[in-house]
Amino acid sequence: MKKKVLTVDDSRTIRNMLLVTLNNAGFDIVQAEDGVEGLEVLEESNPDVIVTDINMPRLDGFGFIEGVRQNDRYRAIPILVLTTESDAEKKNRAREAGATGWIVKPFDPSKLIAAIERVTA
Amino acid sequence: MDMNEIKEIFFQECEEQLAELESGLLRLNDGDTDPETVNAVFRAVHSIKGGAGAFGLDDLVSFAHVFETTLDCVRSNKLEASQDLLKVMLRSADVLADLTAASRDGGTVESSRTSGLVAELEAYAKGQPLPSASAAPAPAPAAAAPEPAQAETPAPAAEAPEPTDDSGFQPVPFSFDALDGDDDLAIEDGRSVFTVRFKPRSDLYAKGNESVLILRELAKLGDLQVRCEADDLPSIDMLDPEGAYFSWLIRVETDQDEEAVRHVFEFVEWDSTVEITAGADEEAFAAPDAQGGDQPMAAVPFDLSLLEDVPAVSAEAAAPEAPAPAAAAPAAAGDESMAPPNLPLAAKAIAAEAEKKETVVPAVPAAPQTIRVDLDRVDRLINLVGELVINQAMLAQSVVENESGGSSAVNLGLEELQQLTREIQDSVMAIRAQPVKPVFQRMGRIVREIADMTAKQVRLVTEGENTEVDKTVIDKIAEPLTHMIRNAVDHGLETPEKRTEAGKNAEGVLRLSAKHRSGRIVIEIADDGAGINRERVKAKAIENGLITADANLSDEDIDNLIFHPGFSTADKISDISGRGVGMDVVKRSIQALGGRISITSKPGKGSVFTMSLPLTLAVLDGMVVTVANQTLVVPLTAIVETLQPEKSDIHSFGPSQRLIAIRDTFCPLVDVGNILNFRSDLANPVDGVALLVESEGGGQRALMVDAIQGQRQVVIKSLEANYTNVPGIAAATILGDGRVALILDVDAVVTASRGQPLSPDMMLAATG
Repeated sequence: MKKKVLTVDDSRTIRNMLLVTLNNAGFDIVQAEDGVEGLEVLEESNPDVIVTDINMPRLDGFGFIEGVRQNDRYRAIPILVLTTESDAEKKNRAREAGATGWIVKPFDPSKLIAAIERVTA
Repeated sequence: MDMNEIKEIFFQECEEQLAELESGLLRLNDGDTDPETVNAVFRAVHSIKGGAGAFGLDDLVSFAHVFETTLDCVRSNKLEASQDLLKVMLRSADVLADLTAASRDGGTVESSRTSGLVAELEAYAKGQPLPSASAAPAPAPAAAAPEPAQAETPAPAAEAPEPTDDSGFQPVPFSFDALDGDDDLAIEDGRSVFTVRFKPRSDLYAKGNESVLILRELAKLGDLQVRCEADDLPSIDMLDPEGAYFSWLIRVETDQDEEAVRHVFEFVEWDSTVEITAGADEEAFAAPDAQGGDQPMAAVPFDLSLLEDVPAVSAEAAAPEAPAPAAAAPAAAGDESMAPPNLPLAAKAIAAEAEKKETVVPAVPAAPQTIRVDLDRVDRLINLVGELVINQAMLAQSVVENESGGSSAVNLGLEELQQLTREIQDSVMAIRAQPVKPVFQRMGRIVREIADMTAKQVRLVTEGENTEVDKTVIDKIAEPLTHMIRNAVDHGLETPEKRTEAGKNAEGVLRLSAKHRSGRIVIEIADDGAGINRERVKAKAIENGLITADANLSDEDIDNLIFHPGFSTADKISDISGRGVGMDVVKRSIQALGGRISITSKPGKGSVFTMSLPLTLAVLDGMVVTVANQTLVVPLTAIVETLQPEKSDIHSFGPSQRLIAIRDTFCPLVDVGNILNFRSDLANPVDGVALLVESEGGGQRALMVDAIQGQRQVVIKSLEANYTNVPGIAAATILGDGRVALILDVDAVVTASRGQPLSPDMMLAATG
């Protein structure tokens, strides 16, 4: 069974890169442009893992992760944070919000896939 | 989709982000204190950096990074967004745009420009207390990424020693010699042994991590022996199903270093205790044996084969040799001993069964829904609608011709069709309508650059930037607008010293505004500079032989001299205004768009350039007229009124000039048929109709035509693209009866009537 990945990122560039990379690796993909849409898409798509950006309009990655964790259905879903922030402060905040792990941008395909496989059963 | 296409998307996105960045900075400059504005600005730079990183555009990344760092200080209120800082940031935005363009089109940006700004930005970031970031341990994720050696990872369980007792564990034969030398941990072929003690806390599971997955990841590094310790497992009635009660003792034999082992725990190091020691800890593994078999649950060797679809762990290999130790344990330990590996999974199941609660979504305003459509598709639609309009007109005409009297049902239907066609056309045009904002925003940068180069202080004020106009027009106004803005700063505004002398604010104001006016867009560029120096303009024109020394010119005429080809009032040719590329070029390109430009100037108060452009280059409301048996279309926007001349209104003036008296004023009469060489003699005005038109200079002319056929919207077909440029004719169209009609270029005809020959690059008649 294909694993389904929900990606949440406001950058069209990154969304397309994720789409291509994950498609090539044999994942199903659903995408959202910000945290608000991410929570909406989450409800209808039932993904296995989430990859989200931090800096987004309307609802940022921290808020999105908190929102996901508050949803009983998804409070244990693996969430990877996709961000250029490699500094500890941002990572800490993401972790506190409930992120499972992170991928530092710019990511290469193998790094992204490895991280997703790492957190999914 | 391949990477090149994504790169294309990236550059498109950069354009948008750069526009967002600039408008955000300008809002901040105007005193906007909304934190979301700073956030949006930050996101724009951040987004560019992120994408640039993905494409290895290092120059762009490093500059964006410095910019972002300073913005982050502002965002987190560690740095005040002072006017000075915003100036630096606006210039940085310009450089960022240049770097983006350089990355896209090739080329470079002078390193002096970037390095100077980098230094300034960094100084700002450092000038304030720096955030205490990077205090917490930040594992180097990029560098330490493990190379999952999936291809040749031996199945750990298969190599694991056969379990011989209830605990299912037997230490491997191990040479203690290996421990003698501190740095000699190698067993064979550079493989090392590490002992890992891993004790998860419940937070680890709450964040979606799972111990089993960590073990699986670890197994990718090499051979594992795993023991699950359940000392802390409470009795079932005390058990929190989401608690963390197990710890793991792991022996890893790998050809990778400790860093690689540690990296496996990267995501969980805060939510667990992880101890990694080099070498094997035989004692620890042996401990359960010493405790005897009465505590079978205290330490359960963990069979990795329980993890499904882990390529590195072969279930077939493990099962026959090692009779599933973990599976054997429950016999002695009771059902809950199955819990360790499955605990998080169980938690998930519980979660799934739990009543679905409503997700808390912060209330946010809904963003307008948009789609991106290829412009070609819209253009095709516009062309088709154009054909539809023509077709509808033809249908209407043939009905009129064939049905004398006409059935009211058909006529009613036709009327409705006409209305619908018109609505479809308007809607389709609206798709292509865009606010002039992006163009106006670009002007901000032009102003800053020229202000810097000329050492003038300029504030650009924009108004009506949401005024919409067809994309075809937008694409074409940027260039003339740029020239006009440059001219306004370079020639219009004075230096700060001169301004202060004149009692003005040292900072000059340039006002750029757009508005709709009677079916056209009017763009004004107003400066509060010195105004046109008419003495100098006149002297220059005489010097250049444009006018004679004794020419008697009105102020308006003198002002209009600056649109004359080759006219430049700057004493020396500056970099900014260019070489001979002046207002004449501006005027020509605006005219080519069916637009007009005019200037009004007040000495000491400043000048206002007004350009008026059609909202679209695709359709036109026109008056269909007959001239010497030819059908012509006169743009309705040019016509002030129509009138039937009486013989007594017509007066001769000189050998060929005629004037018409209209309510106390005299207006030159222009015979269109004669001007266009449709006929050589002059028509008798009394037999025709006069169209009173307003020309760009503000003067009125009466155009004589033979008859008016009617008024209708026509689809513009370019003559230049399909045939060739014809003087006096702006374009062509197809009428309802299928015939081609020419669209009159009113300004050109008016100009020609002043004695200038009709020529494609006809310019202002300076001598009036």
